[in-house]
Formats: sequence, C-alpha cells, structure tokens
Amino acid sequence: MKAAGLDEPYQKRTPLLEVEDLTAGYGAAPVLHDVRLTVRPGEIVAVLGANGAGKTTLLRTLSGLVRADHGRIAFDGEELRGVRVEQMVRRGIAHVPEGRGVVTELTVDENLRLGGLWRRDRADAARALSEVYDLFPALAQRRASAGHQLSGGERQMLALGRALIGRPRLLLLDEPSLGLAPMVTAQILALLRDLRERTGLAVLLVEQNVRSALSVADEGVVLSLGRVVTRNSAADLRDDAALRHAYLGF
Amino acid sequence: MDRFVYLTFDGLSRGAVYAAFALALVLIWRAARIVNFAQGAMAVAAVYVGYSVTEKTGSYWLGFAASLVFGLLLGIAVEKAVMRFVDHSSPLNGVVVALGLVLIVQGVLGILYGNEYRPVETPFRRDAFEVGGVALLSRYDVFVFAAVGAVVVALTVLFTRTPVGLRMRAAAFAPDVSRLLGVPVGGMLTLGWALAAAVGSLAGMLVVPTELGLHPTAMDVVFVSAFTAAVVGGLDSPIGAVTGGLIVGLLLSYVSGYLGATVAPMAVLLLLVVVLLGRPGGLFSSSKARLA
Repeated sequence: MKAAGLDEPYQKRTPLLEVEDLTAGYGAAPVLHDVRLTVRPGEIVAVLGANGAGKTTLLRTLSGLVRADHGRIAFDGEELRGVRVEQMVRRGIAHVPEGRGVVTELTVDENLRLGGLWRRDRADAARALSEVYDLFPALAQRRASAGHQLSGGERQMLALGRALIGRPRLLLLDEPSLGLAPMVTAQILALLRDLRERTGLAVLLVEQNVRSALSVADEGVVLSLGRVVTRNSAADLRDDAALRHAYLGF
Repeated sequence: MDRFVYLTFDGLSRGAVYAAFALALVLIWRAARIVNFAQGAMAVAAVYVGYSVTEKTGSYWLGFAASLVFGLLLGIAVEKAVMRFVDHSSPLNGVVVALGLVLIVQGVLGILYGNEYRPVETPFRRDAFEVGGVALLSRYDVFVFAAVGAVVVALTVLFTRTPVGLRMRAAAFAPDVSRLLGVPVGGMLTLGWALAAAVGSLAGMLVVPTELGLHPTAMDVVFVSAFTAAVVGGLDSPIGAVTGGLIVGLLLSYVSGYLGATVAPMAVLLLLVVVLLGRPGGLFSSSKARLA
C-alpha cells in the first residue's frame, strides 16, 4: 500500500521541507551559513561532511533546539522558525537526536508510550505502538527493561520506533550508525527505505558513515564548515572521486 | 520496653512528617536539580494562610484545604517568577536565590502576622491510646500517618501510572528529548514545583501544631531534619525520602528519649556525616542507572 500522491517519482513531488539561506549557531559566531536544501515526500537526503561541518547543528536548528539567526525553513509551505520545539512533533517532524535520546531511566515501554502521549487520536497511538513492537520484536521482548540496560542497536531501534509512533512525515535522523555493528546499521537503513516506500516518509539523514548513507539516500548534501558545497544525487556523489577526497575522506 | 515502644511510635509519627517534607525536596530536586532551601519558609507561609482561614471560618478543614491550595499556588508563583530565571551554570545559584526567598518570605510573614510564637490547635487529640498499659499513639498520630500515607500513594500512582507522571519523569531526566517528543517541559517543571510546595505545606500543617507553634521561622528546624532525610535517602529517590524521613524521626525520638532533647540535633548531623562518608549518593541512590 502506498500513501497518497506517491505514484509519481519523488523528484516531481512538491517539496516537504525547503530550507533557504539558513544561518544559525550558538552565540555570536554562526555554525551554519546560508544553507539551502530541499526534501521531498518519500525522499531520503543524506547530510554529509567532516566532524564540525555543522550536520548536527543543522538538524537541531530545523527542530528548533538551536535558534536560527536568519533564513527560511518552510515545512509543507509553513514557516517553522519560531515554532516551539514541543510543537514540531505535532507538525509531523520527528527528530532522533545524536546519541539516540533514549531516556535511560525509563523502560522501553515508557519510552515508546512517551512518543505517543501528545497524540489526540489515542486509538491510532495504541495501534502505532503495537506496530513498532511488530517491527522490532527485540523491543517487545525487553518491554519492561530500563533504557540503560539496552544494547546500542536496541537503543537505536527504540529511538526510531518511538519517533514512528508519532507517524511523522519528516524524520531527522542523527548518526544512526554511531557505535553500531555493520549488520545492525544495514538493518536500520533498510528499514528507512521500506518506510519511505510504504508511508512516503521523508528522511534527512546525518551520517559519518558516508558509504552506507549514500547506499540508502537519493540525494546527498555535502557540508563543509557550515556551508553547502555540493548538492547532488547519491549516485553522482559516489562517483565523484575529487569530491570524495576533498570532503568525505574516502 | 514500654518506653522503647512508645518512642518508636513517636519517632515514626515525627518521621512521617519529615518523610513528607523530604519528599517535597526530592520532587523539586528531580524536576529542577535545585535543593529548595526556601521550602520551609514557603510551608510556613501556607500554614499561616491555613490558620487565618481557620480563624475566620471556625473550620479546621477549610483552613487545611486553603493551606494546601495556597502552597500549590505559591509553588507555581515561585517557579514562574523566580526560579525559572536562575542561571544553572553553578549549582550554588539556585541555593543562593532560595536562601534569598527565605529572607523575603519570613520578612513578609513577620510584617503581616508579627514575629511572636502563636500556639495553634491540632484537629485531633494528642494524648496516646493505651494498649495493654503501653501508650502507643494518639488520634493525631493516626491522622499524620493517614495524611502522609495518602500523599505517598497518590504521588506513586501519579508518577508510575499516569501520562502526566510519565511526562514529568521524562522532562526531568531528558528535557531536550522530551521537548522533541512534544512534552511541554516548562509546564512539567511548574507542576513539579506546585506539587512539591503543596506537599511541603501539608508537612507544615502537620508539624507546626505539635511542637513548634506558628512563627515565621517555625520550619527551620524541620527543614534541617527533612533535608538530612532526603540526603540519607538519596536526593533522587522518593522511596529514599520516605525511608530517610522515618529513619531521622526514629533517631530523633530515641536520642531525645534516652539521651536528652539537647543532643538530638547533633545526632541528626552525625547521621548526615556518616551517610555522606559511607554512601555519598544516599541509601537509595540511582547512580548506577545514571552512569550507564
């Protein structure tokens, strides 16, 4: 089953997220300079770049954790700047932060339910919860375990599952492969592809692991010192040896 | 033996009040990482309001309810008007601001009500029932146990069984993640202060009539014992606060019963030192969970 409007190729769809001239940072010196990017429904866009390029800051600015100094962040045609962080999830934006953001003091079940507490549609929140348990049987087995007892892979599944309970339209995913075995990373990236096929989920994926990011992404945006140096299809980025050497280190 | 039994019940009854007061400290610590040194003064303010209402209406229970409601509102006001703006870069900032609040609240109470001790009535008799010739506990003690027990049960249900409780815990442990999941973290913080201040007011209503009398600084001594109780239990743990409260109550009762009331405050400090040396995180600290 495909979500509505997903029959046409994603390149032709109306953009879900449009970022223009975004400048942001912590205090006087901005980390991001004039960033532009577009994410369409069902598209997976990888944000690539070295440490300190501003990848995490970009995601944190989009979800309102970092204040934008100027520029435009349009989501579904509406300006996101000035929208409070706790409202983002209601707009359809889920942010799985760096380090996964599992509340380690809470149990798996509590973490997941937390992801659906804001929803008015209680029946669908309950349905989403059981879907997540179906998607990640490992979590179902560890329902009553505290977050700090989970392995890295389980934490990533928990953070991702918790985000999905909100039935987001855009997923901001920060370093999902960090500290995970390659097998687990592959599973999670395969899941992203599956989700965008089934639900039209758009993903903005920040990754250190450039190869695996480009293996799953449609497009890549390369950041260097807070500026976009290239936007291109994932295939072209993989083939561009000069660019890879200059910015991506392989 | 009779004396031991009597002292035990007396200690548990005092301890229940310390438990409630320590619980209030723990609520704020968990929510805001601030030890609310102003809690005693805030509780006294609520007790003054309670007994003013009782004087006007002639009903203890109206005054009792008014005190808790006022405490709740005072908690909200203190968080929204003062504590929200405290810079968290140093843990001392919150302490200093709270101590400043103590001076303000006690000063205002002195202006409004005067600085003399005012004896106030308990709603129940304080002479102990005798069972088999041994004086055990009074009607008032039973009331204290019931009130504190009800608060402990209510808070436990709130935190472990309700969506609001889940939000409050999440907001305390991981504010940024909670906001990303749609939790209004600021509101949860205000709610934490409100609940804590109401529980503190309850402790004040329970303890002021028994030994202290109403006075702007009436809760200072209680604060020391309750703070010790909270630290003994581990500032993060509600169960620890209750247990710590009962331990401190028993200790005070035994020491003042067998060694004299004058050494009792020293015993509390000694307990604090021993616990801090032996188990700095407190008896029920969750440091394992935090490190993992």
